[in-house]
Amino acid sequence: MDLDPDEVFRDDDDDPDNPFFQEDKKEETHFQVALSCISQSLKTQIINRSYDEVAICFFNTREKKNLQDLNGVFVLNVPEREDLDRPTARLLKTIDGIEEVFMKEIGSQYGIVSGSRENALYNALWAAQALLRKGSAKTLDKRILLFTNEDDPFGSIKGATKFDLIRTTLQRAKDAQDLGISIELFPLSCPNEQFNLSLFYADLVGLEGGDLVQYLPSAGDRFFMFQYEGPTERSFICADTGALFLEPSKRFQLYKNQVIKFSGEELSEIKRVSAGHLQLLGFKPLSCLKDYHNLRPSTFLYPSDEGMSGSTCIFIALHRSMVKLNRFAVAFFGSPSRPQLVALVAQDEIITAAGQVEPPGMNMLYLPYADDIRHVEELHPNPDIAPRATDDQVKKAAALMKRIDLKDFSVCQFANPALQRHYAVLQALALEEDEMPEVNDETVPDEEGMARPGVVKTLEEFKLSVYGENYEEEEAGKGKVSEVSKKRKAISETASQKCKEYDWADLADNGKLKELSVVELKYYLTAHDLPVSGKKEALISRILSHMGK
Amino acid sequence: MARNREILVLVLDVGPSMHSILPEVEKVCSMLVEKKLLYNKYDEVGIVLFGTEDTKNELTEEVGGYQHVVVLQKMKVVDGDLVDVLKHIPRGTVSGDFLDAIIVGMDMLIKKFGETERGKKRLCLVTDALFPIKEPYEGTKEDQVTTIAQQMTKHGIRMDSVVVRGRFGQDAIEKTMNENDLLLNIFSRKTNAKMVYVESPTSLLGAIRTRSIAPVTIFRGDLEISSVIKIKVWVYKKTSEEKFPTLKRYSDKAPLTDKFATHEVKVDYEYKSAEEPSKVVPPELRIKGYRYGPQVVPISTAEWDAVKFKTEKSVKLLGFTNAFHIMRHYYMKDVNVFIAEPGNKRSIVAVSALARAMKEMDKVAIVRCVWRQGQGSVVVGVLTPNISEKDGIADSLFFNVLPFAEDVREFQFPSFSNLPALMQPSEEQQEAADDFVKMLDLAPDGREEILQPDFTPNPVLERFYRHLEVKSKDPDAAVPPLDGTLQKITEPDPDLFSQNQSVINTFHKRFELKENPKLKKSRRHYLREKASGSSDKEDNEEISAQIVESVANMPTVKVEKIGDTTPLEDFEAMMSRRDSPEWISKAISGMMSKIFDLIKNSSDGHSYTKAIEYLRALRKGCIIEQEPKQFNDFLRHLRNFYPEKNLHTFCEFLASQQISLISKEEAADSEVGDDEARRFWVKMEPKSEQV
Repeated sequence: MDLDPDEVFRDDDDDPDNPFFQEDKKEETHFQVALSCISQSLKTQIINRSYDEVAICFFNTREKKNLQDLNGVFVLNVPEREDLDRPTARLLKTIDGIEEVFMKEIGSQYGIVSGSRENALYNALWAAQALLRKGSAKTLDKRILLFTNEDDPFGSIKGATKFDLIRTTLQRAKDAQDLGISIELFPLSCPNEQFNLSLFYADLVGLEGGDLVQYLPSAGDRFFMFQYEGPTERSFICADTGALFLEPSKRFQLYKNQVIKFSGEELSEIKRVSAGHLQLLGFKPLSCLKDYHNLRPSTFLYPSDEGMSGSTCIFIALHRSMVKLNRFAVAFFGSPSRPQLVALVAQDEIITAAGQVEPPGMNMLYLPYADDIRHVEELHPNPDIAPRATDDQVKKAAALMKRIDLKDFSVCQFANPALQRHYAVLQALALEEDEMPEVNDETVPDEEGMARPGVVKTLEEFKLSVYGENYEEEEAGKGKVSEVSKKRKAISETASQKCKEYDWADLADNGKLKELSVVELKYYLTAHDLPVSGKKEALISRILSHMGK
Repeated sequence: MARNREILVLVLDVGPSMHSILPEVEKVCSMLVEKKLLYNKYDEVGIVLFGTEDTKNELTEEVGGYQHVVVLQKMKVVDGDLVDVLKHIPRGTVSGDFLDAIIVGMDMLIKKFGETERGKKRLCLVTDALFPIKEPYEGTKEDQVTTIAQQMTKHGIRMDSVVVRGRFGQDAIEKTMNENDLLLNIFSRKTNAKMVYVESPTSLLGAIRTRSIAPVTIFRGDLEISSVIKIKVWVYKKTSEEKFPTLKRYSDKAPLTDKFATHEVKVDYEYKSAEEPSKVVPPELRIKGYRYGPQVVPISTAEWDAVKFKTEKSVKLLGFTNAFHIMRHYYMKDVNVFIAEPGNKRSIVAVSALARAMKEMDKVAIVRCVWRQGQGSVVVGVLTPNISEKDGIADSLFFNVLPFAEDVREFQFPSFSNLPALMQPSEEQQEAADDFVKMLDLAPDGREEILQPDFTPNPVLERFYRHLEVKSKDPDAAVPPLDGTLQKITEPDPDLFSQNQSVINTFHKRFELKENPKLKKSRRHYLREKASGSSDKEDNEEISAQIVESVANMPTVKVEKIGDTTPLEDFEAMMSRRDSPEWISKAISGMMSKIFDLIKNSSDGHSYTKAIEYLRALRKGCIIEQEPKQFNDFLRHLRNFYPEKNLHTFCEFLASQQISLISKEEAADSEVGDDEARRFWVKMEPKSEQV
C-alpha cells in the first residue's frame, strides 16, 4: 500500500495491580479501560495494518508465563500463534473474554514489595524487550505501550534497595530504547489522584518537562483487500494465432487504421517531461486556488536535512513567508506515473489542548489540467438573465445557516459506515459469532435536531421566501405532468389507438406479423407495456409469447 | 458515439498580426483532430480562414462581399489529411473581419445540417480581434451581432472564442479592441458562447477544448435541507482526470503476410489451489475471501449481499459550518458541481440564496450523498459556493469529498520552533525568503495568471498525441524532446527568473546548502538534481524535502569514545548502549588502555587513586554486563607485567585495595572460583619478594 516498509511492532503491557481493580466512579476499572483500549486498537490494527505484530504481556501477576521464566510476568497468547505475531481473530476473542477468567487463570499480585528483590516492572520490560528481539530496528518501528495506574511503583520500598531498583529498571528501559524500542506510557489516573509522572515514569520514558505521550490511533487509507486462496497464473494468448507467449513487451494503439507500436521505454520517455522530482515554478496568492482545483488526496511535506544540510532552514523560511503573504507555491511534480502541477500550501501548526491537530509543513495539492476541467455550469444557460436570490432570500438562508450550525465540525469525525459494517461482519464471521452486529451510521442527519421548533420555523421561512406560497400544490401538479411523462403518455395513447386498428390475433395466426413494419409492431408492444428493443424477429416473438402463442 | 458527436468549424485568423502565434494554433488544432481520430472518429470538421489574400467561400459567390475569407476545408469527417492541412496553415496578408468569417462558418453548418444536431455544432474562433469589423449596411454593429447570435441560438450552434492578447498583440488602438471585446461579449450573453483571453502560447494550448466529452449527470434529485424543504438539483463532474490512453498489448505472432491480423493479446487468469499448485480452480469453486489479520474469511456473494451495508439514494444536508473548519487539503477526490434543475426557477433561486449566504457568512454545507440506489457506501462532502459572474449562468455549488476517520493519517511532526537553532532562519534569511516569495509572482496584477489550471494543457498527453501522429508516418521515429511551449509548464519561466535575478541571488547567497555526502540517495529521497542543461539562474532552489511517512526523530548525541574529560561517565554511557554489542567491548578496551596510560605515565604514583577508581568502575561494569573474562584477563595481565617499570608499586596498591578477580559468585560466566579470587594477590606476594 505504501512506500513505507515499516511495520509497527507493538507490545502492550498491562498492570493489573490491586488498585487497578478498584472501581472507578464510572463503573469501569482501570483494568477494563486498558483491556478495551487494547481490544479496540487491535481491531483497528487487524483491519488497517494486519502485518503489524503484537504481543500482550501482563505484569504484577500471580502466575508467570514467559520465555525467561520471570516472576510476575504473564505473556498472553492463543494457539497457532507466536508470542509476538500478527493479531488473529482468536486473540481478539480471548482478549474480549479475558476479564472473566483473569483472576482464576492469571491472577493479580502486587509484585514489588519490600523485603523481596523481585521487580515485576523490570521483569516486564525485560520480557517485552526479548519479545521485540526479531527484526531490525532500522526497518521496523518497535514500541512498548505501557499501561499502568501506579505512578510510584517503588513507593513501598525504602533506602538503598529502592535506589537500586529504580536504577536497574531505568537502565533496562534505556537498554530497550537504545535498541530502537520506544516506550510509551498510558497513565491511568484515579479521579481524586492525579498520575504523577515526575515520581518515576518521566525518567523511564524519557519525557522532557510535562509532555504527555498522546494516544493517536493512526489509520491508513481505506483498502478492501480480498484475495483468492492460492496462487494465480496469467497467460498471454495471441488473439490471431492462439499461440501462448510470455509477457509482451510492446503496446499498440490503433490510429488512422494503423497499428502504432510503442515499446515500454518509449512510453516512459514520453511521460518523462521534467528532470527534477519537484520543481518550483513560482508563487500565487491563495485566492487563485479554487475549490475545484483538486483531483486526489493531498500529500504532506516536511523538511529533512538528511540529504542536504540547510534544507530545513530554507523550508522554514519559505513556509513562514508563504503563511505571512498568503501565497502558495506552484511546482511541477515529476512523478513517473502522472507528472503534474501541484500547489504547495503552507500549513501552520495547530495545537489544541488535545495535542497537535495539524503538523507544520506544506500540503501538496494535485492540480487538474485544462483537459480535466469541465465547464458544466455553463451547460444550461438561461436565455437572458439567470434568476438570482434577492437580498431578503439570502438573509433567510443566512439565518438558516446560523440555526443549523455544526459548531465543532471536524473532517474526520465520521467513521465510514460501509467500512465499519464490512469489518464488523468480517469480525463476526471470523470469530464465529451468531449474530450480525448492528453498526451505527454516524453520517445520518440529526432528524431530531432538524425537527426542533426553532429550526423548523427558520426552514419554513426560508422555504416561503424562495419558493413562494403555493409551492406544494404547484409542485404536486407539476410532478404529474412533467414534460417527459407527458410525452411518454402521448406516445402510449397513440400507440394504443393505433394498436386497435389491427387484428393481432388474426395476424399472428396467419403468420402475417412478419409483413408488418417494426413501427407497427411497436404499437402493440407499447400498448401492452412491453420492451420495444431488439430486432424484428425479437419483437415478433415477444408479441407471440405475450399473446400466449 | 453519437452522444459525443461534434461538428466543428474552426474559424482562424491568419492576418499578419497573428503570424507569431500561428505555430501554436497549428499545434492545438492538429492535436484536436488527432484526438478526434482516436476518440470521435465520425466527427466532422471544417476550416475557415480569414485575413487571407484570396477570397473563396460560397457566400461571396451567392451574395457577394465576404472578402478575404477562405474556406480551407469544407465539412468532412476527420482523417489524416486534415491533420496535415492544419499543420501547415497558409499565412494571410490582410487584417481580416472576424464577423464575416463567423457568418461564413455558420453558413456552412446551417447549409449542411440545418436545425438538426442541436448543441453538437460548434464554432471555434481564434483571433486577436485587433482590427475593426466593417460597418453593416443597416443598423449598428451591435444589432448585427445580436441578429447572428439569435441565428446561432435558433440552430443550436455553440461558439467558443479565443482572443489572443498580451505580449503577442501589437500596439493596437484601444478603442477598437474594446469595441471588439464588447461585440464578442454579446455572443456570450445572447447565445451559448464562451470567450476567453489568452496571453501566452501555453495557455492557448489549454484554452481550446481538444476533446469533447458529453457531460453526464451523476445524480438528479432532491437536495434535502430537511424533510421540510428540498431543492431539485443535478450533479455533474467538474473535474475528472483525462487519463493517459490505455494501450493494448501487442502480439507479433501473426505472420507478416496476414493483413487482417489484430495483433491483440488475450489474457487468461488461472487460479490454482494453494495445496496443489498444478490444479486449476474453476470459477464455480472460487469464492471471495476477505483478509482479517492473517486469516482469510470466505464469504459468498449471496451471503454478502444479505449482510452488507445498504444505502438509499439521497442527498441530505447534515448542517452548515464555518469554512475554516474544512481545510483545503482534506479534499479527497475530483470535484462535482451541484446545479439547480435547469429551467426550474425556484430551485435556481434556492441554490443561489444558499450559495450567496454561504459566501457572505463564510460558511460551507456538509452533505451526505448516495448518488445511486444501493451504492456501496455513502459519501460525506462539503458544498462551497460558486457565484456566477455571467448573467446567463446560474449560481451553483462545488462539492468535494471529505475523508472519513479511517482515511486520515495523523502523524505528528516536531514544531518548527522546537527544531535546533541551526535550522531556524535568521531575520536576514527570512527577509530574503519574503522577497523571493513576493517576486516570483505567477499572478501579477493586470496580467494573465501564469499556469492557471484552467488553461494549462497536460504536457504528457500533448506529447503522446503528437508523437502518435509522427509515428503513424515514420514508425521508427524517436521521441522528440519536449516542446518549448510545454516546457513552460514543467520548468521555471526563464523570463520570470531573469527579471528577478537579484532577488534570487540574494536568496541563494543567504542560505547555505550542503549535500550530505554520507547519505546515498534513496528512492524515498526527493532530491532535486541540477538539470543538466539549465543555466545558473535556476540553481537557487535545492530544497530536499522528504515525503515523510513517520515522525522524524531527532537523535540524541551518543557517546562513541572514552574521552579525557569525563572517562567514567563515558564508560558508563558506552556500557549501557544497546544499539550494538560492539559498544561494550569498545568501552572495556578503551577503559583498559586509559588505565594502562595512567599507570605508565605516573611517576610518583599520584595518579594511582584515579587508576584504582577506573579499575573499580571497569570491574563493576564487567559484572553487570557479564563479561568477567575480560576483566580477569586484564587483571592477570597487570599482575604478570608488574615488574616492568613501576607497575610493581601499583600492584601492591591494588592488593591493598582488595580488587580481585571476578569470581563465579559474582558472574556466572567466570571460570574463577571464590578461593582463587581470594588467593589472587596472595599468590603474587612471594613473587614480589623474589624481586
